[in-house]
Amino acid sequence: MGLEQILQFVITGITVGSTYALIGIGFNIIFNATEIINFAQGEFVMLGGMFTVFGMQVLRLPVPFAALLSIILVAFVGLLLNMLAIRPIRNPSPITLIIITIGASIFIRGASSLIWGKDPYPIAAFSGEDPIPFFGAVIQPQSLWVMGVVFAVVVALRQFLNRTITGKAMLASAFQPRAARLVGIDTPYMVLLSFALSGAVGAAAGIIIAPMSMVTYDMGVMMGLKGFCAAIVGGLGHPFGVVLGGLILGVMESLGAGLISSGYKDAIAFVILLLMLFFRPQGILGKGRGERV
Amino acid sequence: MKLLRFILDPYARFALFALLIMGLPLVVTNEYYLGVLVVIAIHSIIVLGLDLLMGYTGQISLGHASFYGLGAYITGVLSAHWQWPPLAGLAAALLIVAAIAWIIGVPTLKLHGHYLAMATLGFGIIVFIFFNELGSLTGGPSGLTGIEEMNIFGVTFDSDREWYFLSVSFLLAVLLLSINVVRSRVGRALRAIHGSETASGVLGVNIARYKVGIFVLSALYAALAGWLYAHYITFISPSSFTFMFSVKLVTMVVAGSLGSLWGAIFGAALLTSLPEFLFVFNNYETLVFGFILIVVMIFMPRGLLRGIEDMFKWLWHAARKAPPTSRPGEERS
Repeated sequence: MGLEQILQFVITGITVGSTYALIGIGFNIIFNATEIINFAQGEFVMLGGMFTVFGMQVLRLPVPFAALLSIILVAFVGLLLNMLAIRPIRNPSPITLIIITIGASIFIRGASSLIWGKDPYPIAAFSGEDPIPFFGAVIQPQSLWVMGVVFAVVVALRQFLNRTITGKAMLASAFQPRAARLVGIDTPYMVLLSFALSGAVGAAAGIIIAPMSMVTYDMGVMMGLKGFCAAIVGGLGHPFGVVLGGLILGVMESLGAGLISSGYKDAIAFVILLLMLFFRPQGILGKGRGERV
Repeated sequence: MKLLRFILDPYARFALFALLIMGLPLVVTNEYYLGVLVVIAIHSIIVLGLDLLMGYTGQISLGHASFYGLGAYITGVLSAHWQWPPLAGLAAALLIVAAIAWIIGVPTLKLHGHYLAMATLGFGIIVFIFFNELGSLTGGPSGLTGIEEMNIFGVTFDSDREWYFLSVSFLLAVLLLSINVVRSRVGRALRAIHGSETASGVLGVNIARYKVGIFVLSALYAALAGWLYAHYITFISPSSFTFMFSVKLVTMVVAGSLGSLWGAIFGAALLTSLPEFLFVFNNYETLVFGFILIVVMIFMPRGLLRGIEDMFKWLWHAARKAPPTSRPGEERS
């Protein structure tokens, strides 16, 4: 096992890990605003891929437009999820919200399998397939897309939350809903916005993953769960923690698959999740939260 | 009024229910339908445990399919590879599953909210991967064959009719145990925890111990069901113990009624038999399950059975409170 090979595993891991991070960011947006874990987040990712395939192959749109269309559509699905399934609940307890979002994810998956069938859809890489040599290992051009998009989303999200009035209002209503209402912030609207934003980020993840791992109606389950692991490992609600968590998961998984056994690849993320929950449930970067009665 | 009180007494209800389902084979003689009823009984056992956990204690498990699978695989592997008799397999399955559930439960149940859901979900997926990957032991994705037929103290169970009585006996035993748990001090403590952990902690309820205890008990129910299933079908494969099956179990609890043992059995019966009797249902199965979860949660948060009960209660009160349709005086005139 040469160093080049290890390097190759790390590069693959960083690429995959970036997508986990992006999915985890989607979880975080809703969690920060509402303390809801949205189990339909993986379905946003799948829909992002599906709508892109639809835009490119049926409507014959160029990649950027297909991607934009997909992001808008999935953001709309996020809105619908909030308006149709979350808002009508009379007394939202964590258990009710978990069940509702799981119900929504199953419903979306079932609908997708009826609409698009069960076959996987391949999609071409955005800028060719010629690998770029890198210290004896290679980088796929799509990997650069993945890392670039994740970086762009993180920066844009940070700017949005810290620099714009809407972003600040969102942070405020997430942090202290009652106080936010008192100063005139429309908190239900902020929650709605967080669902749309989370849908858009999920779609972005689906779009960049699509060329690497074909689009299927049931890809959302695993993707959602991995993103979820990334969010927990990094620290639920902590923006940079999620990126760190995603990268750690991706690299560990890739090394594990290469050095130990590819069959247990998916188990690695969940073993890390369990260990994290047992020993440091607030995540690597998260701080201990005060209990609320 | 006496009759009403009789029906509301859980033990009277239990006796009535026992009589009813023990007599059912007099009406249902078709072997296929009896087979469906066996599966319903097996599912009911898991769902009863999950209801104790979710409905009474307010904790969610998204990995109960794994305890069911562990129960099935432990007895299956012991039976197929080393010819252990089923009862020995049951003992092994219960012991190992109790230990595993305790190891998962102790660290996570001290936490609040979503953490148990996440831990059980992760655990369920790890277990599923092991069923697939430990090929030499479990047969891998293609499944484990050669599990011996059920044999208890020299009595072999090989017809669906015999299986019906066997599985229903276990269901009744588990139901009786659950009724006792719910009505005991333990049950009151569990409901107190559901109401408010902080308040019940202040009142001296050992929250962590009760939560872990009920989690282990519900895992044991699932293991028992897995043991029955393995010896009933005599073939098991990982596809029966997926994350999706865990979600189906949750759907059964929720649709039936959170926090009602009868609701748990009702939910298991409803959602197990639906796909069996509606062939069209097949392609729409996931869609329908998702839809049921959402609609029940929004419109009948107390579940279908409770929803129907509430409706009757409402009608009963409405009928009593409503002014009589004709006054006595008017009638005479």
